[in-house]
This record gives sequence, structure tokens and C-alpha cells, in this order.
Amino acid sequence: MRICCPLCGARDRREYSYRGAALPLPDLAADVEVWHAHVHLRQNPAGPLEELWQHEMGCGAWLKVTRNTATHEILAVTLAEEACA
Amino acid sequence: MRISGKGLVSGNRTVNFAFNGRHYMGLEGDTLASALLANGVHLLGRSFKYHRPRGILTAGSEEPNALVTIGKGAALEPNIRATQQELFEGLAAQSQNCWPSVERDLMAVNDLAAPFFGAGFYYKTFMWPRGFWEALYEPLIRRAAGLGALSGAANKDPYEKAYAFCDLLVIGSGPAGLMAALTAARAGADVILAEEDSRMGGRLLAEVEEVDGKPAHLWVAEVLAELESLDNVRLMPRTAVTGAYDHGTYSALERVSHHLPPSQSLKTAHRPRECFWRIHAGASVLASGAIERPIAFRNNDRPGIMMAGAVRSYLNRWGVSPGERVTVFGNNDDAHRTARDLLAAGVHVAAVIDSRHDAPDGEGFPVLRGAVVCDSTGRQRLESITIRSVNGEEKIQTDCLAMSGGWNPSLHLTCHLGARPLWRRDLAAFVPRADAVPGMVVAGAANGSFSTHGALTEGAAAAVTALAGLGTSATAAPPPMASDAPYRISPLWAVPGKGRAWLDFQNDVTVKDVTQAAQENFRSVEHMKRYTTLGMATDQGKSSNVAALAVLADATGRSIPETGTTTFRPPFVPTSIAAMGAGAEDQGFAPQRYLTSHQVSQDHGAQDIEVGLWYRASYFARPGETNWRQSCDREVMMVRSAVGVCDVSTLGKIDIQGKDAARLLDLVYSNTFSTLKVGRVRYGLMLREDGFVMDDGTCARLDETHYVMTTTTAAAAQVMAHLEYLTQVVRPEWDVRFASVTDHWAQFSVAGPRARDLINDLVEEDVNAESFPFMGCGAVTVKGVAGRLFRISFSGEHAYEIAVPARYGAALYRLLLERAEALGGGPYGMEALNVLRIEKGFITHAEINGTTTAFDLGMQALVSPKKSCWGKVLSEREGLMEEDRMRLVGLKPIGAVKEISAGAHLFEPDTTVERETDIGYVTSVCFSPTLGHMIGLAMVSAGPERIGETIRLVDHTRGIDALCEVVEPVFYDPEGGRARG
Amino acid sequence: MTLREGAPVADAMMELTETSPCAGLLPLRIGGWALEEVPPGALTLIAPYKGQEQALSAALEAVHGMGFPAPNRSHAAREASLIWFGRAQALLIGPPAAEDLAPLAALTDVSDGWAMVRLEGAGAEDVLARLVPLDLRPQVFEIGHSARTELKHMMASITKVEENAFQIMVFRSLARTLVHDLKRAMEAVAARG
Repeated sequence: MRICCPLCGARDRREYSYRGAALPLPDLAADVEVWHAHVHLRQNPAGPLEELWQHEMGCGAWLKVTRNTATHEILAVTLAEEACA
Repeated sequence: MRISGKGLVSGNRTVNFAFNGRHYMGLEGDTLASALLANGVHLLGRSFKYHRPRGILTAGSEEPNALVTIGKGAALEPNIRATQQELFEGLAAQSQNCWPSVERDLMAVNDLAAPFFGAGFYYKTFMWPRGFWEALYEPLIRRAAGLGALSGAANKDPYEKAYAFCDLLVIGSGPAGLMAALTAARAGADVILAEEDSRMGGRLLAEVEEVDGKPAHLWVAEVLAELESLDNVRLMPRTAVTGAYDHGTYSALERVSHHLPPSQSLKTAHRPRECFWRIHAGASVLASGAIERPIAFRNNDRPGIMMAGAVRSYLNRWGVSPGERVTVFGNNDDAHRTARDLLAAGVHVAAVIDSRHDAPDGEGFPVLRGAVVCDSTGRQRLESITIRSVNGEEKIQTDCLAMSGGWNPSLHLTCHLGARPLWRRDLAAFVPRADAVPGMVVAGAANGSFSTHGALTEGAAAAVTALAGLGTSATAAPPPMASDAPYRISPLWAVPGKGRAWLDFQNDVTVKDVTQAAQENFRSVEHMKRYTTLGMATDQGKSSNVAALAVLADATGRSIPETGTTTFRPPFVPTSIAAMGAGAEDQGFAPQRYLTSHQVSQDHGAQDIEVGLWYRASYFARPGETNWRQSCDREVMMVRSAVGVCDVSTLGKIDIQGKDAARLLDLVYSNTFSTLKVGRVRYGLMLREDGFVMDDGTCARLDETHYVMTTTTAAAAQVMAHLEYLTQVVRPEWDVRFASVTDHWAQFSVAGPRARDLINDLVEEDVNAESFPFMGCGAVTVKGVAGRLFRISFSGEHAYEIAVPARYGAALYRLLLERAEALGGGPYGMEALNVLRIEKGFITHAEINGTTTAFDLGMQALVSPKKSCWGKVLSEREGLMEEDRMRLVGLKPIGAVKEISAGAHLFEPDTTVERETDIGYVTSVCFSPTLGHMIGLAMVSAGPERIGETIRLVDHTRGIDALCEVVEPVFYDPEGGRARG
Repeated sequence: MTLREGAPVADAMMELTETSPCAGLLPLRIGGWALEEVPPGALTLIAPYKGQEQALSAALEAVHGMGFPAPNRSHAAREASLIWFGRAQALLIGPPAAEDLAPLAALTDVSDGWAMVRLEGAGAEDVLARLVPLDLRPQVFEIGHSARTELKHMMASITKVEENAFQIMVFRSLARTLVHDLKRAMEAVAARG
């Protein structure tokens, strides 16, 4: 598996680490139920999913990767700092 | 029998080799199989289950029968396919699964008991009594059945792994592969051509054919010469592509030195046996050819019964005829070439038996149309076959039967990403689905195009298509002239009749086993496979799969496409664990991190202990100390009474700068750091998103916008990734930068009542209660070197951590030890460090174990009520701050048993010991030389409320059952006067 | 071993002596390759503050003669080089960073944090191919290209400094493993002849 880091180019999967779905973050002081839902209640869709990966063994950038979980096709990769700003 | 003047090895040098202790001669370029056939050796081994005599079936990697063991001692390698093993001077091979010899194998008695050994035999027979399985049945079965055995010793032969990159990966070097490689290479693409055989050319080396008006193998040589001359082509012979993975990643196994005698020289001592390649290709052309399939008939497994294509390979490539009186049995036109070639080479062909009524005429050999072979005789070598036709049954003498049930495209790699192949009726075979693997184009026989002309044309076109996907344009050269004979076949899977007809030769699975599976309702092809073990041997059913599912389809009254195939998975050929794990043995298993003090510590008697990737000093054995406890106790008392020095550079150190540095720390720590004064240090706690504790450590403020954070050794990388997450994903607008400086600083703890004396001896500044108060920090000059000094303590003593750039680490450490020794102190290691912190009730990751909250650890006060922080909301969830949660306490033994053990569980003294009454567990223990008895830290339900109570400690693993008193977790100097003073 | 009574400790008292990360490990010559330690001088991590990227690049150009490098690239000047070192950071090798840069970027002295070696010889890519999952084909990874990647399981920085020559950096504490892994790879490739 290869992911194309916007900074480094296509790199082997072993340089990356995976966090999970890239979901909108609740406010830091949001209600406990909101945070509970954010952290624990996750969909597991078969199909395109926006995910967070870090190019941990590479440039260190966090990436927002749109990946089809059924085929592993990578549909888009952006820097998380730009996507989440 | 070698045929003089025939074959591509003709005229080569002779090579001496041995098989089962007997010496033979072969030719350079021979495989072990071709050389044995040339020497008239047909019996190579015994079968898996029935110990039937077996010979050579094929001429390639699909070989199920001819498996041998090569090598000696630890480097012994079982299950080597004789059909792939190249001959080298001095090669010595052994048969497998037979005793005392392959000719007289005592376990052959299994063959007589065959009626009992049908599908599911083990499942049905060895069910009871239950205890007999492990003790009796399994060892017996394992001894009787099986393939070659490993030596049992660690193999020290070198293996390696490597990466390769190319625009186009061409898999297979037959007509399609060569044309694909040539077309792409001429277009300037970077090409890797991988071929599992030692010699490139595929079937063109094995057939009597002309390409471009010349013998096929000469055309091959010309193409290879051109490819070799190009810089953009890498030829990889002896390299089997074993798997197709996502995004153009392929695995391949290169047999680097299996064809060479064992290394004799120093230069070649490091030469790998095999290399496991990970190839990243922009696109690929799969030109892996096809595998011929046997026909099942009674006793079709005798030595001398071979695939027709293999007979032609031995004849045309190696100049060997596998028999003197050969018969051919087939259901397709291709089989007839075998008779033609043999006849032309002067070998007697007794008959061609063709199941089709419309089979073509023989060219100088008799053809029996509409006939089948229904039985054979000959214990260790084929003697005769029985032919059945409308005229009845007839027995003919023959020593070699060449059979062909048609060809199966080698489409395995196209299924590795989950695609299923398509059934083509006209070929009676599965063919790959287009786009089964993104970026892969299939060509030639692998795609069901069985003529040479078709393969050449498709190969060139495939390269053009594949490169177009990469934006490179290539032109397909017009294919050279070649045969375009049609492939005519009429399916024949199994000849009806009594007796055992083999489908899977390697796992000894017969037609009867498959029909029985169907009768017992294992109708799904996946169930049948597992019930009968068909296709589960090392050849993965390459020869047997399709025929077996045709038999299953017939038995269940379904069509073949309805029945479907089993799933092909990597690796395509057996791959040794040594190759896949290459580089991970011994020191290669994990990187090793060494401290600048390592050598000096060793000189002081240090014993290493692994802490994550780091190698730290566990304790320093002094002369006369015979076990670690003596050293540890001495070091603890030394710190408590004088001064100790310990290298703490392994703690993660992160330099944080920027105008939002303080905001970041307030976000990441549960307590407040924006209020920390410059020149001061604060202890902090980090929470995970779900509210549990992630890590702890200190953080010093060096400047208004400059901090240095310390993490635990274990969590350094995790905290770094967490900070990157918070600043890139959560608060990308903040202006803050950080960098790991763990390795830049050599940092030493100097702890004990004489610590300040020692420090003042080394630094130019006056270190006193005002300049460096407890939890103070600042720059110092250490013997002319700019360093940092932190007054922090993990031991409970008056203590400092002194840091200098790592190049000075060894020198400073040496100096610190000298001075400490002069003050009655010395170095202390991890064991003493652990005792010192347990005596003080300081936590580590034994307590921060992922299930504990700040509340559990008695640190709720560190979760600031005045601000929000990462993880705070969920840390306040219902249930995370209940009084009866397991919470941190201390333990000390009060009964007759004075032992406490980490991992032991805790109970009320009067209850039974079972899961339901479990009220806690021990996290850390040590013998406290300060207190003179063992102490422990534990997580206990409602722990703080039990202070003073008696609790029962049970450790079944170590056989400890002790009574303890629950005490405060701080055993020593609870007021903290020693550290502050 | 403990200090002998009365032995002079004068040397240590005068000055702290320096030890390089690969002391006692290098140089090595195997096959056609040479592996040697590069004395780094100063190493300064330069991470531009928000919005200061251009100003920083101009300042770097003025003071050190090299602008901020693009991702996967490096600049070399006399006695100094500046290599891209990951997201939003570059590493200045050679001279200490000018203090004028401080308002524009976080400057972190990491001079002692890294082991730096140079692998040189025809086909050095083949040696690295045993350890690094990076496309190092000469037409792809050209002179001046630099990448953050892994070497075996270590975070690494790899820069092609000249034809057939690579500069390889890992954390200082990993120097022994780096040399061990490179040595093994060199031996294996050399043994193929």
C-alpha cells in the first residue's frame, strides 16, 4: 500500500501511522455526551472514508486521506493543517 | 535417458551430484529432476499420507511430488522442488517421508489401510478419548504423515530483503513477457523482468517451434541480448513474484544462491540464500503462462506418469527422455505435440490416447480416439497402463505416460486483491478478470491465449496498454512470425471407475474424497477444500484445483462457474520464513539505542537492561556482590546517604517554542503551564482523548516562549505524535514549533544529600537554595561547556538533573562518577532508581497502564478546574470518579509471608479467591533497603478508604499467598523535606 | 572498574572531551563502498513561525547564502548545507544559525542529536535498497534531493550529496545500529559480486 504525501510524494505504507476517521472535532468544553459520541460511537463505512494518517517515519505531517475502505483506493490526500484549519 | 545432441544443455560441462547417497553425473544447466531422469532415477519420494512411491510430475515450481531435502545441519532445507533446483557440483539431495529408504519405506503399510483414510478420517476417528489427541494421536500422525523436516537448529545462513522500483514490472519471460519487456524498454520505460526459472524464455525453451524464422530459443537469446544492453531494464531470473498488493506493490522471492555450492570464501560468506523483494511498479504485465493439469484415473500417481508439457520440457530443453516406450494421454491437440517431438528425437511412442472422438490423425504414431486410460501398474515405476474404449479394455506396456488434461492460466496474482476469475467454456479453464488488479494487464497464456503468436501479440499490446496508464506512449512492434495453432479441447477431469484416482498428489486427495465431501454436505468449494485438505499443501493445488472443483460440480449437480474457485492467496510459491523475516534476526530485530555513558558504565560493572529500545544500566556489580539485590540495595542506600549518579537521557525531551507555546501546554497538560515562571519546572499530567492518563513528566520554562518538555522513556514517540496531532489537526492556527532534543542532551540525575556539593564542584555558577530552589532550572557552565541544570527529584532526595550536549556525555559522566565516589557515592542503575521511586510512591507506566485516571492515581488535583484540557471532558464521565474504583495505595507485608509480587491480585482476607471477589492488583514491588522489608504499589477498589486494613495477596503463578496492610503510597519522607531542603 | 586510588584525574578536570556519535565504529570499506562519519559542525533545526516563511527564506539567503529548501530538496554552499528536514523545518549543517533568524523561526540546536554518515561508491543505491523503502533510482532521486524516511525501523534523513554518495542521518543513540545495518547490507550486496 502506498500513500502520496503532499510533501514527500508516494511513500510506502510502513512510513505512515493510522489514527482513524477524520471527524469534525467537538468544542473542547462540549458536553460529555458529545465527546462520548465523538470518541466511541464511530461508523465503519464500506466505501470512501476520510481518515487521519500521520507520515510519522517521514516528514511528520498529519494527513487527511480519503480512502475507499472496501478497495483501499486512495481518492485524495491533503495536509490536515490545511484541511482542518 | 539422455538423448545425444538434443536439448539446450547439450555439450555443457558435467556436474557431479548425489541423491540418497548414490553418486551421479549431470550437465551444467540441468535441474536435479532432469539430471535424475537422465540417470534413469524415477522414484524420488513417498507421498504425504499413503506413502505411495512418487516420481516427477512437472518441470516447474508447481511440482507436487518431487520434493527433496538439501543441505546439512542447521542449514538443511526440506521440501525443495527437484524440478526447480539447479544442479551444482557436489549437490547432495535426500528423499523425504520415507524410512529406512525411498525404495523400502515401512510406512507404505498406510497404503494398504487406505480404505480407512478417506476425507475427514482424522476428524472422525481421533475424537476420543479427548486426552489422547495431544499425547498419542497427533505425534503418531505427525510422524507418519508429512513432508520434509527441519533441522530444529537456528539457521545462520544469510537471507535478505530489498526494495525495487520500476515503471513496468513484467512477470514471466515467455513469449508474452519478452515482447512486453521489449516493447516497454524500447519506449524508454524502466522495466523489471522477473522470471522464476533460472533461464528466461518460458515455454519457448521447451517446445520445438520457430519464432521469426529461427528456432525459438535463439529468438529468445536475441531478445535477451537486446534487453541486457539497455540501462533501463533489470533482468531478475530465479525470481518468483509471489504476491500482488495495493497500489502497485508486489512481493517477489529471489533464489540468490540455491544454485551455487555452499560458500567457501570470506567474500561470499555473506551472500544471501534468498532475497525477499518488495517491488513498487507503476504498472505490471502478468505473463505468467499456464500450468498443465493432470487427468484423474485409477493409479495415476505412479512414477513415470508425467505432464505432457513436462515431458516435452525434459526432451527439448534438457535432452532427456523420461521413458523408452512412451504413451500420451490427452483431451486436447497440444498433447499430440509430445508424441511428435518424441518421435522426432527417436523415442518410441506406443500410442496417443485421446478422449475426443474427433482427435486429429497421428503423424507416424497411433492415435486411439474416444479412449481413456483407466488404470496403471508398476510399483516403483510405471510398467503398463489399461486403456478403455468402445472396444473394451486393453493393457499396454509403457514406462512413461505423458498426460494432458488441458492448461490452466496462471492467474493467481490477479486474485490477490479479491477478484474472482471467469470461466471460459471454450478453453475449459478460468481466465483472469480484466482490471482484477489496478495497473496490471494480463497477456499470453495467463490470459488464455495459448498460441505463441497470440502470446507475442498480446505481450506487446499489454505493455502499450500498461504504459498508457502511466502516461507513457509506446508502440507495439509487429510480432515476429510464430505458430498460431488453435487450442482445441474437450473437458475430461476424471476417468470414471473404481479405485483411487488422484487429484491432489501432494496431499494425497482423490476423486473419492471430493465426492465423499459432497455427500457429507461439504458442498461449498471452500468447505470441500478444508475437509479434504485439497490444495492445502505447499503447491497450493496448482495442478489440482480446477479438476477438483469440476469433480465437486459434477457431484453436486452444479456448473463449474456456479461452484466457483477457492481463493488464491500470496505467496504464489512457498516462501521461507527466513526470507520474509530477513534482517530481523539477532540485533536486527529492533534498533538499539545506546547512551553516551554506556561504555563508562560497562567499565563500572554495569549489567544492561532493555528499556524500550534503550540499553540502560540495570545495576553496577561491585567486587564481592554476587547478585543484583546486593548491588541494588547498596546503590539505594548510597543515594539516601551520600550521592548517586544515573543517566536519565532516555527520557523524551521536546523543545517547544513560539508565541502559542504556553497555550499548547495548557491544552496538552491537565494542569496549568502558562502561569509557570521562567526558570521553573513543573510536574504535569497528560490525558488521552478518552480521559485516561497518557503520560506524565516535567516541563521547564526556559524563556517566555520557550519550554522544554520531558516525557517518560516509554511514551516519548507517542507524546511527540500527540503534539503534532494537536498542533496540525486540532489547533493548526496556533504558532508553535517543537523538536525532539532527546539525543542532543546527555542528562544525568545527581541525587542524594551530597548532590549540591557535587554539582558545585563542576559548574562555574554558585548553586544554592536561592539560585536553584526546588523545581528551579537554568543555564550553567560545566567545565567550560554550556549546559542546563534542573533541580528535580525522582528519588525523594535533594537532586538535580544536569545536561550537556551529548558529545560531552561520556566525559561528564566519567567526571561525575569520580566526584561522586570521592563523596562516598557512585553510579546507580534502573533497579535502584525503581526502588527509590516506589519508596516515594512515584508512578511510572506500571501505574499509568491505560486503565487508570488521574482520580485513580490520587492526582485529581492536577486536573485544573479553571481551564479545559485535552481529555478533560471524558475524564469526568460517570464512573471514572467513583469512590470504589481501583485506586493507588501502598502495601506492606504483615503476615508470616513477607513477599509481595507484581501482578498479584488482592482480596478481602475472609473471602474466597475468585474473579468475583477480586478487589485489585499489585503494580510495582521492591525490597526497600531503607525500610528493611518489601513494599508495593497497588490499585485497590476504594483503596484510600482501606488505609490501615489488612488485605490478602494471591499470586497463583509464583505461589504466593500473603497478608498485607494497605498503607499510603508514599513510604518514605512523606513531607518531602529531603527533596526540598 | 573503579578509579585507582591516587590516579591523576587532571585530564578530566581540565576540559570535557568530545566523543563523536560513530567513534570507534567507522570508517568501513566493504566491496566498492566507503562508509565514514561526517563531522557535522553545528546542526540547527530551523522551523519558520506562521507567516514568516518568505521573510525567513530571504534572511537565510542573506546570511547563509541559501534560501529555505523546498520539500525533499537541499542546498549546499561552501562549508554549509541546508536540507529540508520534514514538514515546516530545515536543518542547517555547518555554521551556527545566525541570531537574526530567531524572530522568524524557532531555532533549535541539535548539533549532538544526530549521527551523520556518508556512504559512497558506485551502486550505493543498491546498498540502501536493502534498508530504505525509497525510490532512489538516479533519474528519480537526483543530486541535492533529500528525504525523510525510515532506515530499517529508524527515522532517517537521506540526502544525495554527489553522484554515488549519500548522506544518512539517524538519532545519535542509534549510531551503532545504523552502522550495523549498513555494514550488513554492504556485505550482502558485495557478496553477490
